[in-house]
Amino acid sequence: MADVMNTNPTPTANDHPRAPTPKIDENRPVRSADEMARSASKVVATALDFYYGDKQALFDISLNVPEHCVTAFIGPSGCGKSTLLRCINRMNDMIEGTRLEGEVLLDGRSIHGPKVDVVELRKRVGMVFQKSNPFPKSIFENVVYGPRVAGERNKARLYEIAERCLEYAALWGEVKDRLNDSALALSGGQQQRLCIARALATDPQVLLMDEPASALDPASTARIEDLIDELKDRYTIVIVTHNMQQAARVSDQTAFFYQGRLVEVGATKELFTNPTEKQTEEYITGRFG
Amino acid sequence: MPSNTDNSDSTRHYRRRRLVSSLFAGSCGLMTVLCVVVLGGLLVSIVAKGWSGLSWTLLTNLTSRFPEKAGIKHALFGSVWIAGLTALFSVPLGVGAAVYLEEYTGASRLRRVIQLNIANLAGVPSIVYGILGLGLFVRALQMGATILAASLTMTLVVLPIVILASQEALRSVPGSIRQASHALGATRWQTIWRQVLPASAPGIMTGVILAVSRALGEAAPLVAIGAAASMSWAPMSPTEQASGLPLLIYHWAAEPKEEFKDLAASGILVLLGTLLLLNAGAVFVRYRYGKRIKW
Repeated sequence: MADVMNTNPTPTANDHPRAPTPKIDENRPVRSADEMARSASKVVATALDFYYGDKQALFDISLNVPEHCVTAFIGPSGCGKSTLLRCINRMNDMIEGTRLEGEVLLDGRSIHGPKVDVVELRKRVGMVFQKSNPFPKSIFENVVYGPRVAGERNKARLYEIAERCLEYAALWGEVKDRLNDSALALSGGQQQRLCIARALATDPQVLLMDEPASALDPASTARIEDLIDELKDRYTIVIVTHNMQQAARVSDQTAFFYQGRLVEVGATKELFTNPTEKQTEEYITGRFG
Repeated sequence: MPSNTDNSDSTRHYRRRRLVSSLFAGSCGLMTVLCVVVLGGLLVSIVAKGWSGLSWTLLTNLTSRFPEKAGIKHALFGSVWIAGLTALFSVPLGVGAAVYLEEYTGASRLRRVIQLNIANLAGVPSIVYGILGLGLFVRALQMGATILAASLTMTLVVLPIVILASQEALRSVPGSIRQASHALGATRWQTIWRQVLPASAPGIMTGVILAVSRALGEAAPLVAIGAAASMSWAPMSPTEQASGLPLLIYHWAAEPKEEFKDLAASGILVLLGTLLLLNAGAVFVRYRYGKRIKW
């Protein structure tokens, strides 16, 4: 072990062990800043503060998520990117002692008002979690869970939803002959695509993804990323990622967070090639985080 | 890395540690052997005494003054009634309380107080519940010493067990399942009914079966509420006189005639057999339905 270490020269500032600035893949269907400016604002956060008990996790966040675009939240651990993501479908409600100030708008309407039905909100804002969490049921029952709890009983319609959503999630071909098998028998990558299919089955407009590929191997990650490219024509996607290469590959807009504050947000291409803030530059070149 | 200079010292130290280690393992093993020997001896003596008395007439006859004609039918019926009704009463109450505590109350002080009390109630001697049952069900609610009163009293005895086992089972369902369900637009009720309860059902059922075993084996509450050891008929409804196997065994064992003591041993074997069957059922349920669910 020690011998291997010794053959490496001491790292210097010029020879940093972290990866270089992420490359933008020109072959991907990236939206330009102009296109994004023309898109409607799907989700808007204004002056958002968020607290876990006494601890403030988000400070004065104002952010615009354009429709049919992929917005990536990047930043070091504990920077608040997941917290902000969970504000959008109010999953933080499930944690005791949390408090939110400011406003989150979906299609121009507040999602925190007293009249807002959180169940309805979560149908419109689907979520995919970091660790795939299929229910211990069949593949079919996993996909149709959302429609089922919403009251859909028609077997034919449920089947049609399952087929369409599994198709969207690029999983149909692999599972169409074993829809009644346990979802837990699928591989990790398949389980995560199943969770995406399940989220799509409630027919959401926004899809939140909390590090959806962090527990997956490179091949499965690539599949999920291709899937995101395809899904953004139909859905507005917000993805939290630790992986800057991934943010650069899949997103149209990137927001960089640090210590609960939004440091910089802009078109991904701009942000990665020409960041305006020094902190952003230091983070994306791997000098910290 | 061990050096070669202080060889003798470290070796001696190592030997001593190893000796202590094996001494500890040895004494733990001895304790186990002692327990098994005592239990095994007890079982062997009961089988020796009671085996010859096991017969169809034992199960189908009622009590009698004549040991050769005496049977346990009424007590067996009473026990089955009581165990069944206790399960019927304690499952909705216990599971409901557990769901409320685990899924609806946060980390409040009230919950801590309730939790502490339930844990303490699980340790209250069953005779105390028996006296409560006598005062409340038999006298105040005027049920008399019926199977219904006995079942309600047994429900009090086993309720803490059912609640604690159900809470444990509910807690073993990962939070990610609840989150996934909520994120798909399910209400709290739908999440509990469609995800949390099915996933925790094996654990809950195991707890229930163990609780029923306890209800089947308890004699003290039956004594306290005034259940009968001897009856001239086998009870066919919950409003009839309560009886139970443990009570009959207790009664027979106190008889001066040696033949009745042997009958008590036979009764114990029937009771043990029933308990063993129930416990095997618990293990089976756990195995059969538990293995499908791996997180």
